[in-house]
Amino acid sequence: MAERQSAGAGLLRRLRPRRRDEPAPGDPRNIGWLYVLPGLAFYVLFTLAPLVHTVYYSLFSWDGLTAKTYVGLSNYSSAFVDSALRSSFVHSAVLIAFYAVIPVILGLLLTAALTRHPVRGFRFFRTALFLPQLIAGVVIAQAWTWIYDDNGPLNWALREVGLGSLARPWLGDFSWALPAIGTIGTWVTYGLCMVLFVSGVQKIPSTLYDAARVDGAGAVREFLAVTLPGLRGEVLVALVLTTINALRSFDIVYNTTAGGPGGTTLVPSMYMYQNAFLYNKVGYAAAVATILAVTIFVLAAIVLRVGDRSERA
Amino acid sequence: MTAGRLERLGSYGVLTLFSLLAIYPILSILFLALHKKTDLVTGFAFPTHLDLSSFKAAWTEGRFGTGFLSSFIVAATVTVVSAVLSIGTGYAFGTMRFLGDRIVFPIILLGIIFPYEATVIPLYYDFQDVPLIHLHLLNTYWALILPQIGQSVAFGTFWMRAFFRSTPRSLIEAARIDGATSFGVLWRVLLPQARPAVLTMSVLVFTYTWNEFLLALVLVSGSQSHQTAPLGLSFFAGAVRAGDPTKVAAAAVLVAAPILVVYLFLQRHFVRGMLAGAIKE
Repeated sequence: MAERQSAGAGLLRRLRPRRRDEPAPGDPRNIGWLYVLPGLAFYVLFTLAPLVHTVYYSLFSWDGLTAKTYVGLSNYSSAFVDSALRSSFVHSAVLIAFYAVIPVILGLLLTAALTRHPVRGFRFFRTALFLPQLIAGVVIAQAWTWIYDDNGPLNWALREVGLGSLARPWLGDFSWALPAIGTIGTWVTYGLCMVLFVSGVQKIPSTLYDAARVDGAGAVREFLAVTLPGLRGEVLVALVLTTINALRSFDIVYNTTAGGPGGTTLVPSMYMYQNAFLYNKVGYAAAVATILAVTIFVLAAIVLRVGDRSERA
Repeated sequence: MTAGRLERLGSYGVLTLFSLLAIYPILSILFLALHKKTDLVTGFAFPTHLDLSSFKAAWTEGRFGTGFLSSFIVAATVTVVSAVLSIGTGYAFGTMRFLGDRIVFPIILLGIIFPYEATVIPLYYDFQDVPLIHLHLLNTYWALILPQIGQSVAFGTFWMRAFFRSTPRSLIEAARIDGATSFGVLWRVLLPQARPAVLTMSVLVFTYTWNEFLLALVLVSGSQSHQTAPLGLSFFAGAVRAGDPTKVAAAAVLVAAPILVVYLFLQRHFVRGMLAGAIKE
């Protein structure tokens, strides 16, 4: 479920304010505009303009058919007291634990296990670990719907080992559907974190490890003193990327539970879709979309800011 | 040394476990797809014989011929056009200074993180009757192609700029002294070396465009002949899953197959491209 954003989200680090501004490359040549304009035109017309247009729509009450009515910020004040929207953000917070926190911890543990010795053949494992990144969200949803199916592998395995009482249609269960979707997210992102961290470790100078060993550091100390600080950049990138994935997650939710049962897996993007295209509350849906975009932007900025501070310390 | 060997064995054990977990969900639908409805599949469903009838049924009943054609037209167009545009923008930002470049580049980068969920509502209404020129683009390929070019250019600009910045300045300067125009430098000096970078970018953009779902759901749901493969799969699953999960599994495998095949041959490009953000700088 690699989204277009995910490939580039690591690039976010570029957006951090630079302390030492490097000189711009090349000569002053205004002919540069000639090369920029065509691409910029597509970007402005079909990405930036719709974004601004969404914010504009959010100031209106509109059913999508009849005339719009300007209502100022009232869509936002109703959003503020909308319990469905609030719970959709709570669900997102739960998903962040599954999409971002667990995979990052898993990735770090694995990396810690691997740095003690050089691993031969990591390329082979990498091929498998990266696989979930390329699969369409719709396909992932079908695969996991089967895994969670009443007759699917998970319930079958539970019954085989005598835990049949735990078997259930996971995606239809009020308390298990959200963790079940979260588990899909963990599956999608842990391999990416592992590959990211393992290739990051290879760039840590081996002299640092030698020094730690000379000082008699054990595996734990070595990890805390050398590996973790050395991977700070990779961890940040992974957190931003997976958090954004968790907040979006439309494809998987729409194709597994569509927000159900009873709204227990409703996420903001799903809620936006429902309001815009099923309930005909276009202005309100635009406000939800705006809130989602701002949330993603703020969260990304916070993660990067915290990372920037720890860099200075 | 035995402790060390044990540790190493443990590392490989953990790696193998996680690798298998990463593959298993895909294998599980493949196994399911190799059965027929009448097999009444449960559990791990390891196929005992090669039965492709579910694939045949899914292909015709789900109209995946049309879905694949639509997906291919859209993904190929987006990939080619955005590659050409990104080579241009990347070249300018990577090798030249011009008025406003420091303002425009960060604005383009914003497009990489902004969620395109926040663009679908206006796209849906504006494509019904495009402002100023009054075209109806909803339920046409253009409705999918144009916005995805816009998004891909954001990523492509970043990617190609990084490449052009990494090429030696002396190369460009030498060509200029020889009297090459700015286009000559790009076409004859830089592009021949840029092939791997362009291929990586194209592979990623093609994959994202092939897999895209929300835009297709909103912008071409109304026209069966323009539906992409993932959208077709979503509708097919909704209609058929309760009755015959093997057909849905077969359809899902079909939709994933083209990208998986490309991945087998070009995986270096996938991994390099997706990790690039972290590795660069």
